Amino acid sequence: MDKRIVSARAVPRALLSVLILQLRFIVDKKVLMRGSHVIGEAAARAGCRFYAGYPITPQNELTEYMAESMDRLGDGTFIQAESELAAVNMIIGASMSGARAMTSSSSPGISLKQEGISFLAAQELPAVIVNTMRGGPGLGNIAPSQGDYFQATRGGGHGDYRTIVLAPASGQELADLTRTAFEYADSYRTPVLILGDGMMGQMMEPVVFPDPVDIHKLAPKPWILDGARGKRPSRIIRSLLLNPSTEEERNWKLMRKYEMISREITRAESYMTSDAHMVVVAYGTAARIAKGAVKRVREMGLKVGLLRPVTLWPFPEHNLKELSRYVKDFLVFEMSMGQMVEDVKISIEGRSDVHFYGRPGGIISTPDEVAKIINTIYHRRHLEED
Amino acid sequence: MVKKVFGRPKYLKDAPFHYCPGCGHSIIHRLVAEVLEELDIGDITIGVPPAGCAVLAYDYFDVDMGEAPHGRGAAVATGIKRTLPDRIVFSYQGDGDIAAIGTAETIHAANRGENITVIFVNNGCYGMTGGQMAPTTLLGQASTTTPGGRNAARDAAPIDLSEMLAIAHGSVYIERTAVTSPKTIRGTKRAIAKAFKTQMANRGFSLVEILSPCPVNWKMSPVDAVKWIDSAMTKTFPLKVIKDEVGKL
Ligand SMILES: Cc1ncc(C[n+]2csc(CCOP(=O)(O)OP(=O)(O)O)c2C)c(N)n1
Ligand code: SF4
Ligand SMILES: [Mg+2]
Repeated sequence: MDKRIVSARAVPRALLSVLILQLRFIVDKKVLMRGSHVIGEAAARAGCRFYAGYPITPQNELTEYMAESMDRLGDGTFIQAESELAAVNMIIGASMSGARAMTSSSSPGISLKQEGISFLAAQELPAVIVNTMRGGPGLGNIAPSQGDYFQATRGGGHGDYRTIVLAPASGQELADLTRTAFEYADSYRTPVLILGDGMMGQMMEPVVFPDPVDIHKLAPKPWILDGARGKRPSRIIRSLLLNPSTEEERNWKLMRKYEMISREITRAESYMTSDAHMVVVAYGTAARIAKGAVKRVREMGLKVGLLRPVTLWPFPEHNLKELSRYVKDFLVFEMSMGQMVEDVKISIEGRSDVHFYGRPGGIISTPDEVAKIINTIYHRRHLEED
Repeated sequence: MVKKVFGRPKYLKDAPFHYCPGCGHSIIHRLVAEVLEELDIGDITIGVPPAGCAVLAYDYFDVDMGEAPHGRGAAVATGIKRTLPDRIVFSYQGDGDIAAIGTAETIHAANRGENITVIFVNNGCYGMTGGQMAPTTLLGQASTTTPGGRNAARDAAPIDLSEMLAIAHGSVYIERTAVTSPKTIRGTKRAIAKAFKTQMANRGFSLVEILSPCPVNWKMSPVDAVKWIDSAMTKTFPLKVIKDEVGKL
């Protein structure tokens, strides 16, 4: 029952697993891996030692990878839960007791996790949740989609809270942002959502992984539940605050935290925007398609750029505000009926025209298709101005 | 010389219970705290309170406590125990919490043989939300959602979750007790102690179901409520050891 004895036994095993990861890293610095596996490997290297999930296509490869990697590490826990609900609640428990914990699913399963995500936010617990989006609503289909933007960025669950949402657009970014997700989760004590889609999960790309962290060297968490052991007063992690003024104070406290997060982590990639008359705004897989489209129209001499939000919440409002000083037209391109377009409009506050193009239901547009839309809008503007 | 023969157990805070007069939760809290002290495990214990009348259990138990969403106690406890296998982890759940909304989490935690202890307080109703029918409400018993008495055709018959859990592969100790008399209270304490000892011995899933009075929602005096458990409730939910694969500890 003595903590020192137990951790002394756990150390050699943990060290060994870190060493194995290190070795693999030296041998093959660059590896070709599918997106789902990249997240899994990056999570293990980020010190994730607790994973619970429930099968759903198109993200089963991630769950399967975690099953293998938690076993390989020796000091990790993998649970194939009875439901997404159970999985997210297991994450709550693991996080309460100090583990870097992750769960993953695809759209319908993420809906089931929302109560738990709201609890994670209220109880200020770190956790990483991966949503590999598929077509919806309902069961929809298993094709890549971006229909869960509202759910991801508007809270998703009940109550006044925010979730950090990261939107990787390449294999390398999956690796990097997975690491970042665990770091943000711990430092802000908040759930972090990685929002990808089926395309991203299946894509094979070369990746260089960051070094594995030594979980024994992570910053201590002086708030976890690990038994008072006569050394400190007992602790409570709760979300219920029956007194409205106490609940109000908690909400303001969360709000101040969210403001700090907005100041510190908002991130976007700008591509050929400095001289642009028109800017396409897209994230994730849609941003890759949009980049292809921008390259094509640039070849034709059109001054078009791309703004790719990397954090969907906090949203890169400021970047858009700056661009709207000289960009006349924004084209929001999404693999949905148009959700992020609302955030773009809010950011631009009517200074420029905001257009939308999107295909819902799991349809993947081609760069040529998007280039055509860009062309039309671009030339209409130039005709008007001539 | 004054010798203290009765006092507050070490692992109960010095806070007055908010429970109604005659409520079983107060007695059960005390029994759990006494067991934690007698087994000398309170310092390494993490408790998981439910959504239900015992939601404020963290204001009473002086051990680390992490709140679970309604019904998810077994899943939250699983996450804690798997992360810190050398700590003692218990969830404290009502009949609505465990046998309606949390059925799946509970059965699967039992089936996986999670090495946790569950305190299951069966008061035959949803106490906290004002006395609606619970999965355990007896046939004929009135509640705010079964005003004419629970009717099997309309409302289904009561569910015996403990028996269901006994079928689960990884459950090793399940007993149903009551808190209606000094004798049954002593029996409950013995069962709670055995459940925690089961966990200390790493044997697997242990659960004690406790028939507990809710005089307010039953619209009875505390004395009548206790009598009603003995005369009526135990007919549907007989007091017994439902599963014991651990034997003497
Ligand atoms: C998801 C969700 N649904 C409903 C509730 C409301 N609720 C709180 S406690 C409770 C029932 C409590 O009954 P029981 O578990 O039997 O505990 P008791 O109060 O009788 O001890 C309900 C329905 C909730 N908190 N969360
Ligand atoms: S409503 Fe019933 S269960 Fe709840 S505190 Fe009162 S007597 Fe106890
Ligand atoms: Mg009840």
